[in-house]
Amino acid sequence: MTAVETYSAILSQIQAEAPNAPVRVTVGMATCGLTAGAQPVYDKLKDLLASEDGVAVDRVGCIGSCFLEPIVEVFDAQGGRTTYIKVTPEKAVRIAEEHVKGGKVVDEYTIAGPDGPGDAPTANVEDAGFYKAQTRIVLRKCGLIDPEDVRQYVASGGYSTLARVLDTMEPQQVIDEVKTSGIRGRGGAGFPTGLKWQFTANATSDDGVKYVTCNADEGDPGAFMDRSVLESDPHAVVEAMAIAAYAVGSSQGYIYIRAEYPVAVRRLEIAIAQAKEIGLLGENILGSGFSFDLGLRLGAGAFVCGEETALLTSIEGNRGEPRPRPPFPAVKGLFGKPTLLNNVETYASITWIIENGGDAYAAVGTENSKGTKVFALGGKVKQAGLVEVSMGTTLRTIVETVGGGVPNGKTFKAAQTGGPSGGCIPLEHIDTPIDYNSLAAIGSMMGSGGLIVMDEDNCMVDIAKFFLDFVVDESCGKCVPCRIGTKRLLGLLEKITSGKGTLEDIEIIEGLCAHLQVSPLCALGQTAPNPVLSTLRYFRHEYIAHVEEGRCSAGVCKELLQYSIDPEKCTGCTLCKRKCPADAIAGEKKQPHVIDTAKCIKCGACLDGCKFGAISRG
Amino acid sequence: MPNCRTVVPFSGTPEQEQKLREVIARYKGTQGPLMPILHEAQDIYGYLPEEVQATISEELDIPLAEIYGVSTFYSRFSLNPKGEVKVSVCLGTACYVKGAADVLAEVEAQLGCKAGSVTSDGKFSIDADRCVGACGLAPIMIVNGDVYGHMTVDRVAGILDSYRGEVE
Amino acid sequence: MSENMINLKIDGVSVEVPAGSTVLQAALAAGVRIPTLCYMKDANELGSCRICVVEIKGGRGLAAACVYPAADGMEVFTNTEKVRASRRQTLELILSNHRMECPTCERNGDCELRRLAADMGIDSIRYEVEDLEPQLDESAPHLVRDNSKCILCRRCVAVCRKNQQVGVISAADRGFATHIESAFGRGLGEVSCVYCGQCVAACPTGALTLKRSIDAVRAAIDDPSKHVVVVPAPAVRVGLGDRFGMPVGESVQGKMVAALRRLGFDKVFDVDWAADVTIMEEGTELVGRIKAGEKMPMFTSCCPGWIKYMEHYHADMLDNLSSCRSPQQMMGGLVKTYYAEREGIAPEDIVVVSIMPCTAKKFEVSREEQRLENGCMPVDYSLTTRELSDMIAGAGIMFGLLPDEAFDPVLGDSTGAAVIFGASGGVMEAALRTAAVVLAGDDADVPLVFEDVRGMEGVKEAEYEVGGVKLRTCTVSGLANAEKVIRAMEAGEAAYDFIEVMACPGGCVNGAGQPMHSPFERMMTDVKGERAAGLYALDDSMPRRRSHENPEVKALYAEYLGEPCGHKAHHILHTEYVPRDTYNV
Repeated sequence: MTAVETYSAILSQIQAEAPNAPVRVTVGMATCGLTAGAQPVYDKLKDLLASEDGVAVDRVGCIGSCFLEPIVEVFDAQGGRTTYIKVTPEKAVRIAEEHVKGGKVVDEYTIAGPDGPGDAPTANVEDAGFYKAQTRIVLRKCGLIDPEDVRQYVASGGYSTLARVLDTMEPQQVIDEVKTSGIRGRGGAGFPTGLKWQFTANATSDDGVKYVTCNADEGDPGAFMDRSVLESDPHAVVEAMAIAAYAVGSSQGYIYIRAEYPVAVRRLEIAIAQAKEIGLLGENILGSGFSFDLGLRLGAGAFVCGEETALLTSIEGNRGEPRPRPPFPAVKGLFGKPTLLNNVETYASITWIIENGGDAYAAVGTENSKGTKVFALGGKVKQAGLVEVSMGTTLRTIVETVGGGVPNGKTFKAAQTGGPSGGCIPLEHIDTPIDYNSLAAIGSMMGSGGLIVMDEDNCMVDIAKFFLDFVVDESCGKCVPCRIGTKRLLGLLEKITSGKGTLEDIEIIEGLCAHLQVSPLCALGQTAPNPVLSTLRYFRHEYIAHVEEGRCSAGVCKELLQYSIDPEKCTGCTLCKRKCPADAIAGEKKQPHVIDTAKCIKCGACLDGCKFGAISRG
Repeated sequence: MPNCRTVVPFSGTPEQEQKLREVIARYKGTQGPLMPILHEAQDIYGYLPEEVQATISEELDIPLAEIYGVSTFYSRFSLNPKGEVKVSVCLGTACYVKGAADVLAEVEAQLGCKAGSVTSDGKFSIDADRCVGACGLAPIMIVNGDVYGHMTVDRVAGILDSYRGEVE
Repeated sequence: MSENMINLKIDGVSVEVPAGSTVLQAALAAGVRIPTLCYMKDANELGSCRICVVEIKGGRGLAAACVYPAADGMEVFTNTEKVRASRRQTLELILSNHRMECPTCERNGDCELRRLAADMGIDSIRYEVEDLEPQLDESAPHLVRDNSKCILCRRCVAVCRKNQQVGVISAADRGFATHIESAFGRGLGEVSCVYCGQCVAACPTGALTLKRSIDAVRAAIDDPSKHVVVVPAPAVRVGLGDRFGMPVGESVQGKMVAALRRLGFDKVFDVDWAADVTIMEEGTELVGRIKAGEKMPMFTSCCPGWIKYMEHYHADMLDNLSSCRSPQQMMGGLVKTYYAEREGIAPEDIVVVSIMPCTAKKFEVSREEQRLENGCMPVDYSLTTRELSDMIAGAGIMFGLLPDEAFDPVLGDSTGAAVIFGASGGVMEAALRTAAVVLAGDDADVPLVFEDVRGMEGVKEAEYEVGGVKLRTCTVSGLANAEKVIRAMEAGEAAYDFIEVMACPGGCVNGAGQPMHSPFERMMTDVKGERAAGLYALDDSMPRRRSHENPEVKALYAEYLGEPCGHKAHHILHTEYVPRDTYNV
């Protein structure tokens, strides 16, 4: 029997055993859904609908609309889809009774209802503006299948690509297809994936051992693309790794995943076990003679382990310190063997590419950036969540159409991409198409997909300091420029945010940034100055204002703030005096109070407490 | 250097040691056994005291100093037990731009200890997390696994109070 | 190999180097010395200090020359403004986090960091310099660690783990908080450190320095009631000259003796004399064990670092160690018994000062189980070669101008067999020279030189037929090699009768108490090999080259000890060992 025939037999059996359920109710139960309260909703629906004939209640992953969680969807027998948002157990009762059992949509709870985003003309999420602006390749099955049931993945066509690859494609054909697709590594650096596969395939090792590894150590603060994919569609990665292993000649793989992602870890464990059980992973896959085993390795809270050599060093059981390259992992990687390392999103694109052809993938996106990119959109946007857009989509589309714009009537100041390695994109570049080259040209980078929007209340010097603080904390400490240089850079920024900086300090900062760009051992250090350089490039005036005027226009840098009480407005109620933790406010009852600025710790407790608007901050 | 010394006396039980030895036996001989063993040892004991690391060292024939070097490198490995109530505030970017630093400062002020440490009575510990991935609810605070989204400074005291009963 | 050569350009100069060379090595071939700090050939190749950065045509950032593979057609630039600026920035960053107290630092004279700052013309530091307090670990008997001067090059960690397989220090914590320490912050004196001191020898700065006994020794010399005897070890005479500009490895024995007299020591005896005694005892012990078929194989016991290693890590094999005390301890013991009685000096009035290439000797002198029956410790102070060199320099003695003088008689004469103790294989060869004669019955047709046990390789196996007895020998230096040999024996993959082990790679000539040489100097000069060659040259020049031919040693046995391994010898010249925990948790 061929692999495809074996696969078909498995598929037929799954279809035969599947319950007859024309109506399907799904509950989004990735971390975002669970933290928003999806579990009791699921329990309630299960409870109410368990005995209902022809109805299945399924746990699914994340469709990406974090701001609408918990989300329940009803797929009815006629093929209709209804998306309920912000569902509580109480709402679930009505959905179950009125819609599932009674056949009547509960309009006010749907995405088109009063709590919805306002750009959803129908109750189906697919019609919503924020959804339509997206192109879903990586996320195509996320939120639609049960991530803890391999049968649903198989029933949706999963592993058919692997079967076809094993039967009909030579390893080199697989690599050529990936090359044709033009996909570049989605972990941040953007190295052409096909080339990486080719290098690993070409490399030899004395005993023939090679490894295929997956970087799921998603550490950018504010990025959760990989978590969401692994929680929603883990087999997409497992299948792709098997295909990669076949292409490069490996039979052992590892997924290195953050221990901070317990749900993703558990779902991967289940996925691997289930895939092995039905012969889609392990020895002699689908009777093809090809074997591939896959193991999990947990990170332990070190951002630097997202760097490829540090990741491998960590799997080996060491301090996660990067190693010099060359040799590159493709030649000498894990345990000294040729090793292919791609990130979650890259792997999650592979099956689609092989299924639809490299050309089809290359048709999406721009000249130098093919395909789609998943972003974790957050910060000061109305509609935070996970979004997948074709390369070349403008930042404006992402922020305004997908993200719904800046909330609370505030104005957009900048968007940050690439996390601690990236930079800020100011308003003047909001129409920049998001692709590798355009982002690099304006001093940012694609990064792994964190996209944080900032408004007028965010101080850009403070943001630079935030990222530096992160890098100082997460530097491995091995090489001098990163270990000491980032610390000194942070010290200089702190000097500025505390009003003690000078123009000369800005010069020293720029010199140190230039040093850090070329001298450290790995990309963590080499990209560490980017947040500083990009904020200096677009918001230099904010640095200057801190230095020369001692002013933080966003009102963030506490040490630069001055609190004062307007004697005209102050009623002498003594509330502020009592709230002040530093004993810095003096004044008699019913007399205007005064703040002793020397004692004031600028906590803002008085301002928050004053009922008469008498206290101001400047 | 809060993560470099163990400050509480060791009180491991024979059952825990039995489990530890089973874990070591399971991974011994596999490739790169140290990280998984440290993870599971921490699950067993709640932290990684010297006695536990010495056992691992002996069994794996890796110098204790090297294991110590590994265990102090990763922020999830702890040389000290956490509090009975574990409070963490996410300091991912999305949370930070929405005021997470103020929330953390309030937690520290309420409990009288800093992130990365335990209150003197051992009841509460505070950690600053690096993005738990629930950015839609930013800023986030997690107490013993319960997630509190859209946090504000005002809510901190009340939430912490609701856990005080659990440890009295 | 010529087909495996590659061509590249270093600063415009074409060079041909073997494939597999690093850029650093290729640059040396082109006559360019790229500065380094963390790099130690073969032991520490991390690329972490970033001092050796260079520009490579077509490359994005700068590359660390010490680890970057040279490639055919590559063009490297080592002295551009970009390179200079980066190195300067890096060095300023290092200095901003280093406790600078240069004039009062022990490494003042040979600090690599200071040298580098001078070479690079650093005249200011643009960053805020941390106000660091000393962070001292003084728990070990031989050294002081001060992390406030540590630059985290990790050379100490590498030698401890890789060369010595001891691994009691590691990088701990991460980022800016990264520091070197023992597990759970314990002092080196509280863990299974063997006190070999190789970490000190590897340290580029004053973060690891030797404990010094110079003041106490000077006080003893100044005390008229004390009879102060100084005894230098074999390897000292080929190391001491380094400090005074002599060619590396050249013997300065005569000048050394002259200098010791000028420093005021009452007697200048030679540990070589005790080395000859060691051969008498150890040779007899070996023959006895072979005949009895007991406690085999036998390990040598001259090296205190090796002894402590066995006590910590192979306590079940302590019986396999020769019971002989080290030459230092035999020397001190015989000074305070044989010599004291012979000269009529109360042993408690004698102060024995040893000069050693070694740091573990500072621990050995305090081993309580070696206290003599008369209540005295055999040796009172153990100074390193470096301490002696400081005493000489401090006394204003112009070493190069000194005449050659001879050791004092009675405990000063020695043979060529003794002086080679200082090189790996020396104890083995000395033992073989005597054993061959003893077992053959006479010295006709008996070889004098045993070439196979010489050299700087870490493990040297050789089989000899001596007097009808087949002797399987193994000569080991570096504790990692010793561990390898022990594991091979345990696995049944190797079997020996007699094994010499020296903790320091290459033997005592490369001890941590010898004058310092930077990794660069060691790359350009085979320091330990040259010193060993100096000892073998001395051996060649000696009238007597077998220990049992030493007339003063013959006199010792005739007048005082009686038989080797006899009753008296047992008390003064032999010892026991104590099992020690690996982790004292």
